Amino acid sequence: MTSAGGDSANLRETALRSAHEALGATLVDFAGWLMPLRYSGEKAEHTAVREKAGLFDLSHMGEVRITGPQAADLLDYSMVGHLSKVSVGRARYTMITDADGGVLDDLIVYRLAEDDYLVVPNAANVGTVLAALQERAGGFDAVVDDRSGDTALIALQGPAAVEILAPLTDADLSEIKYYAGYRHTVAGQPVLLARTGYTGEDGFEIFIEPAAGAPAVWDALLKAGEPHGLVPAGLSARDTLRLEAGMPLYGQELSRDLTPFDAGLGRVVKFEKEGDFVGRAALERAAERSADRSGGRRLIGLAARGRRPIRTGMPLLRDGEQVGTLSSGAPSPTLGRPIAMAYVDAGLDASTGEFAVDVRGRTEPVDVVELPFYKRER
Amino acid sequence: MSVPAELSYTEEHEWVSISDGVATVGITTYAAEALGEIVFVEPPEAGATVAAGDTCGEIESTKSVSDVYAPVSGEVVDVNSAAVEDPEIIGTDPYGQGWLFKVELSEEPKDLLSPEKYTQLTEGEG
Repeated sequence: MTSAGGDSANLRETALRSAHEALGATLVDFAGWLMPLRYSGEKAEHTAVREKAGLFDLSHMGEVRITGPQAADLLDYSMVGHLSKVSVGRARYTMITDADGGVLDDLIVYRLAEDDYLVVPNAANVGTVLAALQERAGGFDAVVDDRSGDTALIALQGPAAVEILAPLTDADLSEIKYYAGYRHTVAGQPVLLARTGYTGEDGFEIFIEPAAGAPAVWDALLKAGEPHGLVPAGLSARDTLRLEAGMPLYGQELSRDLTPFDAGLGRVVKFEKEGDFVGRAALERAAERSADRSGGRRLIGLAARGRRPIRTGMPLLRDGEQVGTLSSGAPSPTLGRPIAMAYVDAGLDASTGEFAVDVRGRTEPVDVVELPFYKRER
Repeated sequence: MSVPAELSYTEEHEWVSISDGVATVGITTYAAEALGEIVFVEPPEAGATVAAGDTCGEIESTKSVSDVYAPVSGEVVDVNSAAVEDPEIIGTDPYGQGWLFKVELSEEPKDLLSPEKYTQLTEGEG
């Protein structure tokens, strides 16, 4: 049993720690940060995000600013995306790989101005991404600046997000498209207001720098959201929400041993951009293997027929033989049955055979299903 | 934390209520709170013979798996199908609707804890 707060001495705290404690959160170590795992209960939090709205503290995520005349060129060289082509005020989901195409991180890049980008890595990968960008910056007229320590990030996610946020901001939310972000105010605080998320729902991510402004934003959103059914939501709900939406989690669906093509996300690799970029040659080979399924891996979706949870790391069997491993698995609150993603060889024909998961020596029958498990109606 | 005075307990955080030679078994509030949200339970099957101290089932929360132990010896005469269908009730009403299974005793129960002893045990662990 893990107890909250027991050995939290060396953990980094977000500006919202006392707010979480007042709300009765269970706080845990996540990538070196003391973060809320759940408040009332993960299932209720999950359902609130699908049906109404949830409020997340994501201040552990990294924020790295890239500025200077060659900021765009540095990003085109360092990452697999075509980031010089992104319009000011828009964002892209992209990845950074090493020279052999292995994924170092998946991230969102916001273009704040012509020569000013914000890169948002996963908390556990901030150091890796920063080191890679600094190393790759040699020869470019651009500055790499880690702002993670003093930037808070609050996510408001769910179908009621627009209604809740509108009275608290100077922004016309109908003008902010999906994957766009602009400087605005929320609850009087200057913020970067972006229409992005990791839940499969409409919603916003609100970056607040300095982080001291975060409690005012958090409190105002919680208060304004209460009549709309908004609840604070923890990392546990965030994980099941992203799993249902078929979104990868670094460390589970993504790693240095896998390329974007293995994860089914080859579309983020923009070979058409000019010039070399780190990983190009290796990724071209990975793309060919992926196209004819002659090598590499492939992600498939699984749904259990029974109720017994199928979980990360369990072996996937076809006709009794192991053909893969579950990269993520959990009971799905929306579908009402256990679901999982699993890695198999790219060449595996998943349309035939009896699939099952080895749950501690017992075989639980599963169906191979289309990803994502959940897609919101637009 | 609730430890009803009329029940007996085990070190594995289960409760036992004996009436007319039949023991009803469930998990305690302490166990339910420690587990978090319960998403799956597999009690022993009706008709199975269990021996006190043996594992005889599984209970899973969103994040962890725990064994269910037989606190007494005998034959399983009933299982709570409502809890199998809706495992959440084990967490919300562990001493009531969330009971797990019933055992017809084949011998007198041994080593069960009084409410006072069990409270001491949980305070020691807490």
